[in-house]
Amino acid sequence: MASSMDDVAKAIIAVDGAKVSFGAVKALDGVTLRVMPGECVGLVGHNGAGKSTIVSVINGGLTPHQGTVTSDGERQERYGINAARDRGVRCVFQELSLCPNLSIVENTRLVHRALGGFGWRSRAAKIIEKSLDAVFPGHGIDSGRTVGDLSIADRQMVEIALAFSDAGTPARLVILDEPTSSLDASLARQMLDHVRRFISGGGSVIFISHILHEILETADRIVVMKDGRVVAERPAHRFDHHGLVEAMGSVAKAETRQRPVREQSAAPVILSHQAAGIPFTARSGEIIGLAGLAGHGQTELLLALHAARSGNWLPQRNPLVTFVAGDRRLNGVFELWSIMRNFSIASLGDMSRRGLVLEAGEKTTATAWKERIEIRTPDLDNRILSLSGGNQQKVLFARALATRAPIVLMDDPMRGVDVGTKQEVYAIIREEAARGRTFIWYSTEMDEVCLCDRVYVFREGRITAELGGDAVDEANIISASFEGTA
Amino acid sequence: MTFRLSSDAIRLVIPALSLSLLLAAVFWLQPRAMSYIGLNLLFNLAVPIALATIAQMLVMAVNDLDLSMGAFVSFVACVTATFLRDAPVIGILILAGAVAAYAAIGVVIHLRDLPSIVVTLGMSFVWGGLAVLLLPAPGGRAPDWVRWLMTVKPPLAPMAIVASIIIAVIAHFIVKRSSLGVLIRGVGGNQRSVERAGWSIVAARATAYALAGLFAVLAGIALVGLTTSADANIALRYTLLSIAGVILGGGEFIGGRVSPIGAVIGALTLTLAGSFLSFLRISPDWQIGAQGAILIIVLALRLMLNRLEKREKRR
Repeated sequence: MASSMDDVAKAIIAVDGAKVSFGAVKALDGVTLRVMPGECVGLVGHNGAGKSTIVSVINGGLTPHQGTVTSDGERQERYGINAARDRGVRCVFQELSLCPNLSIVENTRLVHRALGGFGWRSRAAKIIEKSLDAVFPGHGIDSGRTVGDLSIADRQMVEIALAFSDAGTPARLVILDEPTSSLDASLARQMLDHVRRFISGGGSVIFISHILHEILETADRIVVMKDGRVVAERPAHRFDHHGLVEAMGSVAKAETRQRPVREQSAAPVILSHQAAGIPFTARSGEIIGLAGLAGHGQTELLLALHAARSGNWLPQRNPLVTFVAGDRRLNGVFELWSIMRNFSIASLGDMSRRGLVLEAGEKTTATAWKERIEIRTPDLDNRILSLSGGNQQKVLFARALATRAPIVLMDDPMRGVDVGTKQEVYAIIREEAARGRTFIWYSTEMDEVCLCDRVYVFREGRITAELGGDAVDEANIISASFEGTA
Repeated sequence: MTFRLSSDAIRLVIPALSLSLLLAAVFWLQPRAMSYIGLNLLFNLAVPIALATIAQMLVMAVNDLDLSMGAFVSFVACVTATFLRDAPVIGILILAGAVAAYAAIGVVIHLRDLPSIVVTLGMSFVWGGLAVLLLPAPGGRAPDWVRWLMTVKPPLAPMAIVASIIIAVIAHFIVKRSSLGVLIRGVGGNQRSVERAGWSIVAARATAYALAGLFAVLAGIALVGLTTSADANIALRYTLLSIAGVILGGGEFIGGRVSPIGAVIGALTLTLAGSFLSFLRISPDWQIGAQGAILIIVLALRLMLNRLEKREKRR
């Protein structure tokens, strides 16, 4: 295709057939993306669609395992962070990424490597103040202040201004990853106006946002991603709010419902919590899903539920809740301990008498659970790290299920677990729920949320929707996740 | 510069306040200390401690901790009292090699992702062993120029005060004003964002460690200048003193929040606390405990201030 070759020659950055996988998870599965000069590309997709991964490829932080990166018609063999910066690629990251202990001027110095030499402070101050004035007129931020002392919105403004600032190499492509998440409406307006000015001056922007109307009115072209692939790509005027939402979930295969709808409104309420937005209640024997975009308050709710129902100083004799951690390495497994110790730690109180652990009892219980959830190991005394990730996660499930707590809180525990193990764990969850246990399950995976009896959808720290019965499906969850944006 | 109470300035208030309070108490107990010679006697042991505290602060700026500081300063003192006097070229080479070793430790800690506490704890035995090899029994003599430097009598203020001010100013310039200092503190504050800006973290950490090694070498030399001879265990207390000095001066274990001026003030406060207790005629049996109590009180004050600050911010 001649026109496509032409595009590659002109594009600021062209990524062709990029594939990236982390273990068994395919983060990018052959993505092709071009960014032309003077164009704003909107990038949308639900959790885990691969947006952040493609951003990392473009800014040089990640080398694709397959595929090529081309810039201004030259194929980049050794494309890295510095090569990207030299070509004018700048990035505003989703999480705030300034050094909180440094002043704004010092952060400017770090971002612009070429700024060194005597008198850099005044030069850096001039650069960042000029950029702040251009993007957010009337901002009132003093560039000598320490970033840690600024409000979240001010920090975000500084970060955006830093990306557009010019210290020798002008910015040519600015990637904005959810830049408006902590800005109020008028600041967001100022930023979007600046994006349009930057575009008309020949610059390019990749704009990622979950606020769809911002994307629709700012972007020239919209790329929709799902499961590491580009599933739709059209000029912005050929999308509307509804069409975008549909495109994000459109590949939903006409899957067969695995979940029998269970009627539970008669079961007793076991837990209620007044969170922001719709009140949260859980009935005994229910599987409740917490959905919505990642990081919109689901984990906070789980932690609040756990904190409210467990003792601060001493463990309770009959705990009401137990927790299955999502980040195994960070707060799940004890890496140096055996599988059995890892399993029994949560229920040691039940397995001991007068402060001493009854080893025989511990062993019997652990063996029983090993059989029941099929932990694949020849010996429970092996180190936990000898297990595969999926089996480690099973041990964590067994740890929680072996307690007497009637409520199990789950913080996206299936991250990076293979499909077979997932199915086994789903079966265990259903079985335990049938016996009257309650599961509160935060998941970033749509399939898992759709297994739940009832789903609360989160947005910006609030519960904005409650879906029950037949209403629990992908289309409804996606539209609720992006609701309230207009 | 306009006057604005930044969080950095507030951090300096407590150390400065506690130093002035202690100093006032000492003067009240012993008015004769309020003289040129008196001040020099009160503070001259603070000079090597201040240098070691700056060294520790550089390591803490990149979120690490150096537990080999005392052993290393002792080793340097032994080199100073032997080689640096008898064969200056070899002495300088050994000290340069020691600084290079510090940089290498930084590289190893970063590349292998090792806990700095473990590595430096191990290194403390290496330095201690080398020091014993050099000086199995206390001995050696300070080189004449070092002795001269530590006993010089500048006009107006005694050597200890002048030296402390010079150390504070130089360290402030390196850590707070230069690009290199920004980079080092940036690594402590948010390593990922420094990496994303295209800097080499390994190089930054190695430089921080090398600078720490350099300041620790100066500490050892200054110490020998005061004591005139050396001993393999001469500075073992410096490990904990230097950490306490950094914290006392408003620094923090993680987050790249350090203050060179505060660190020097912290070192002065620690030295003064010892004299204060002697003037109170507290028996030596109780002195270490009392010194600990002073430390706890000052740190508790800091904690309270931090809480106030946080509450202000939430408002």
